Amino acid sequence: MAHNWGLGALVNLDHYGHYLNWHFISISVSNLVVMILMVATFVAALFLPFPGRRSRKESR
Amino acid sequence: MKKSFRPDVDAPEYKGPYAPYDIIKEGTIAVVVVALLTVALAVVFSSPDEKAITIKTWSNADPVDFAMTAGDELIGSSGVAGYGAPYNNGGPSQSWGFLSPEKWLGVHIPVNTATDFVIDPLKSQPTKPALTAAIDQWTSASASTQSSWAAAYSKVESNITFANDTVTVPSSKVGPIPVLLNYLTEMARSGALDQALVTQNGFYTTNYTKPLLFLSDGAYLGDLATKQHLGGDQWGMMNETGQYPGQAWLWLYTFWYQIPPYNSSASGDFLVWGTMMILTALLILVPFIPGLRSVPRRLKIYRIIWREHYAVQK
Amino acid sequence: MSTTEIDRQWTSRLRKRVVGKLPPDKMLPDTQPAYVASWIYVFGVTTMAALFVVIGTGCILALDGPQWWHSSAFGHFINSMHLWSVEIFFFAMVIHLWGKFAMAAWRGGRSLTWVTGAVTFLVSILTGFTGYVSQTNFDSQWIATQAKDGINSTGGGAFFNVLNLGQMLMWHIVLLPIGAVVLTALHVVMVRVKGVVPPFEDNASEVSA
Repeated sequence: MAHNWGLGALVNLDHYGHYLNWHFISISVSNLVVMILMVATFVAALFLPFPGRRSRKESR
Repeated sequence: MKKSFRPDVDAPEYKGPYAPYDIIKEGTIAVVVVALLTVALAVVFSSPDEKAITIKTWSNADPVDFAMTAGDELIGSSGVAGYGAPYNNGGPSQSWGFLSPEKWLGVHIPVNTATDFVIDPLKSQPTKPALTAAIDQWTSASASTQSSWAAAYSKVESNITFANDTVTVPSSKVGPIPVLLNYLTEMARSGALDQALVTQNGFYTTNYTKPLLFLSDGAYLGDLATKQHLGGDQWGMMNETGQYPGQAWLWLYTFWYQIPPYNSSASGDFLVWGTMMILTALLILVPFIPGLRSVPRRLKIYRIIWREHYAVQK
Repeated sequence: MSTTEIDRQWTSRLRKRVVGKLPPDKMLPDTQPAYVASWIYVFGVTTMAALFVVIGTGCILALDGPQWWHSSAFGHFINSMHLWSVEIFFFAMVIHLWGKFAMAAWRGGRSLTWVTGAVTFLVSILTGFTGYVSQTNFDSQWIATQAKDGINSTGGGAFFNVLNLGQMLMWHIVLLPIGAVVLTALHVVMVRVKGVVPPFEDNASEVSA
């Protein structure tokens, strides 16, 4: 594979990608990781406590 | 008379407390965090940069594929020759029922594959008697003569060979086609065709329509893309070369190309765009669509977001 | 000049209108309703922060023309930053979209806030696309030759030629960023004018502005 700068990275992503296939669905591992991270971030954002509880309590 | 409250359209009046919230500090922290995260990702993963291919690299890597494609451009049987609008009137435009905006808008980027990809580039070369004779023979022939050469060529096209720098077309009924293909392949392999395709309108250009269309008609570009899982039937629109993440947000757009009727229709692109335009309109107009705008209230995810507020209310 | 004459000026009338709708302490408030207490609220500002980095790295890339980054290690690094800040931008924007949908944030006269947000999302996709076809590498070649079919089918290909590098690059660095920034600014101004949408209330009967 022709590439120029993958060697400059700590993790070289300049190899042919890995793909997961299920029926007609085909998704790259990288894209799946991004999607899972998005859902995980969304869920974490919903559940993690937000700072400033004391000042909100005092304002009531 | 009091207006009735619509929970999915109206918002209750908030009479509760306000708390200190430093939005400038929040914004500054966001910029710093995003900048640092960007630097970290760039250092760890870098970015892809697969070198562009040229007509020169293509014709040297696969001279048979190049010669076959050039032949198709000359006789008008290539994908671009039969594309239709906006390049030419060589083929039917995509449509759905009576709707065919491609056809209505017509030819705005004129491309005649025989002239633009073969004859004119060859004419730009230094004069060679055999080449000049072949060009004259082709351009002065009648339409029916050209058609008979084209028909004979099509029959033997898949048996074209390349050896000792020579393209061989195994037929004697194809007129000047072999001579033209040989000179064009030589021109391509030297890099001169890349130049000729972009300088037709003068010295300066930033418009690569012609060489890109020519490249797209061959198998070489597509084969390289398929190896990288970028093909249309490989969910390619979402993907990037190598193992880099691609464009996950295009998942729904590329999804339609994988299923019938989109994947088998000659107007598949138009159908996909039509579908996506409707869905996009739905997204933009959510606030005005009963049922759709009720989903958040029924999903109840908001009870997690505002749990502190509801707990205090109790 | 009389007071009435000054009051009738376009300048005075515009200023009064703007300051009336968005006085400084509403433009830059130091408090928020107590219900703004969730990490889901940070994704709007994160999207804007990412847009800032995208534009910043884009400006550095622009310094030496469209192709210098292919043959410069520093240029390639800036290209990498531009790519990853775009990934963060879309990551944050989509989570922001999910959060705002979950809150039905269009309620209480905030439909236009939702609409400008959705349109900004689409303009961003188009900006990203024009960026991809402006890379001047194999990726651009493939993406352009594929995308042309979709765009041509709508008739748009007649005047939006994805194979024309000059056109695509100028849309990418001039027209679309202006569109994205203007839409984002309008979106943020609307949030400031209307305030953050209040929670659903089971026994609500009174309507906010």
